[in-house]
Amino acid sequence: MFLALGLIVFALLQGLMAAKIIGSFWQLNITIIGINIILAASLNLINGYTGQFSLGHAGFMAVGAYVSVVLTTNFQVPFVPALLVGGVMAGLLGFLIGLPTLRLKGDYLAIATLGLGEIIRIVIMNIPYVGGAAGFKGIPHHTTFAWVFGFMLLTLFFIKNFVNSTHGRACIAIRENEIAAEAMGINTTKYKVMAFTIGAGFAGIAGGLFAHMFYIISPASFTFMQSFNYLIMVVLGGLGSLTGAIAGAFFVTFISAALASVPEFRMIIFALLLILLMFYRPQGLFGYVEITHLGPWREFFLRKERAKR
Amino acid sequence: MAESLLVIKDINVYYGAIHALKGVSLEVNKGEIVTLIGANGAGKSTTLRTVSGLLRSKSGAISFRGENIAHLAAHEIVKKGISQVPEGRRIFAEMTVMENLELGAFIRDDKEGIAEDINMVFTRFPRLEERKKQLAGTLSGGEQQMLAMGRALMSRPQLLLLDEPSMGLAPLLIKEIFSIIQDINRAGTTILLVEQNANMALSIAHRAYVLETGRITLQGAAKTLAASEEVRKAYLGG
Repeated sequence: MFLALGLIVFALLQGLMAAKIIGSFWQLNITIIGINIILAASLNLINGYTGQFSLGHAGFMAVGAYVSVVLTTNFQVPFVPALLVGGVMAGLLGFLIGLPTLRLKGDYLAIATLGLGEIIRIVIMNIPYVGGAAGFKGIPHHTTFAWVFGFMLLTLFFIKNFVNSTHGRACIAIRENEIAAEAMGINTTKYKVMAFTIGAGFAGIAGGLFAHMFYIISPASFTFMQSFNYLIMVVLGGLGSLTGAIAGAFFVTFISAALASVPEFRMIIFALLLILLMFYRPQGLFGYVEITHLGPWREFFLRKERAKR
Repeated sequence: MAESLLVIKDINVYYGAIHALKGVSLEVNKGEIVTLIGANGAGKSTTLRTVSGLLRSKSGAISFRGENIAHLAAHEIVKKGISQVPEGRRIFAEMTVMENLELGAFIRDDKEGIAEDINMVFTRFPRLEERKKQLAGTLSGGEQQMLAMGRALMSRPQLLLLDEPSMGLAPLLIKEIFSIIQDINRAGTTILLVEQNANMALSIAHRAYVLETGRITLQGAAKTLAASEEVRKAYLGG
């Protein structure tokens, strides 16, 4: 069901691109939307479902990006294995960082992850082997719309299943009430670190996809402003909704691109939009709800879920 | 002599520099309702939270069925058979009543047993069954308390820790909740009850301890304590 829908969207977009109805500018932006959906969905697992406020997503993206470009450019590793290794390394780092920092709560966790994201960026900036502040050059162009779309589907499929599993229930319980979750016998540290690791891993894959789009990447692409951008997507779309993460990523990227000709107004319009949204819909566009729970198809999906029980 | 289930020996708990529990010892025997009464800030909830592993004691011992559990994390203590209804209920507000109960059985994986116990909870709290698809946050205070208790029973505990079940409830509801507590006890679950409403607590408990600024000052059969001049003056309003 989910896959079929994905394939239809893919065929439609690919067809429009082949027919040159979607020009190269929008083609590029649609690919970026795909990458941003991976980032927003993976951040949503940490921030939205598990309720752990993380601001270091760009850092994990950077790790995935640099690991994969070093592998493809310097060691001629094929694209997909390089991406996966980048994802695993980012996940591993997420695990190591998550263990100590996830003891912190709320604002403190946000500050700690913000700092760690910046540390990752500055460490990369000071490694001459990957080009330092000037950036890493000569990256082969591997990322196509098809690869991005495939990995995006994989990410969404994985996170959707994770959230609906016992592990996912545990994560949501932690978001709802950590003490009660603990009292239910849920090992809260374990599940927080698990969500953080998975989120970081997918951010790493997204980083690899992002890095292989252009000839060069530099640490400047992974500042905390980027982390904020992903956070905006998640909050705008709805914390705790995958549909929301997709909508948020689409919306933010689309508006950024559409306003590319007036960059000075971009942030002003964003800020206004966010203020309006928080005023009228503080839970984000979708809140905790998925699109499958709305509209005329609601009954169909609910019946399916009930049949599963 | 009754078989003791929970034995707390000389525990000391600190909040930073504040010495909250100063050598508290108490015992809960199998099949009993034991209540811990005392004024605000005496350390009642602190005692419960230390047993359930949410707080740690600096010294002393806590043993459950003869096994030392003082060093265990909260989620491991649940697996040993102690379940807590936290103060202020702490239900999962954005989840349905059903999902709350399912999470209560998080440590179990016997599907049939879980379904059986959900039915057991619904028989005990018929109002929860009527509202099983409703978001827990939309329930009334009394219903939320019932849900919190039902959820705690879902792990099939041997010992149930209840923290201020009467908090914020109307007198009639308090009566209902307390009679349910008695029913749960009669069905075989041992209960350690922390309560501000000393009158109600003493009326259903077998034994009681009085806690005053971190120390146990009185203990004995609930009936004896309810009749004692000292307790009447301090906690029962004359």
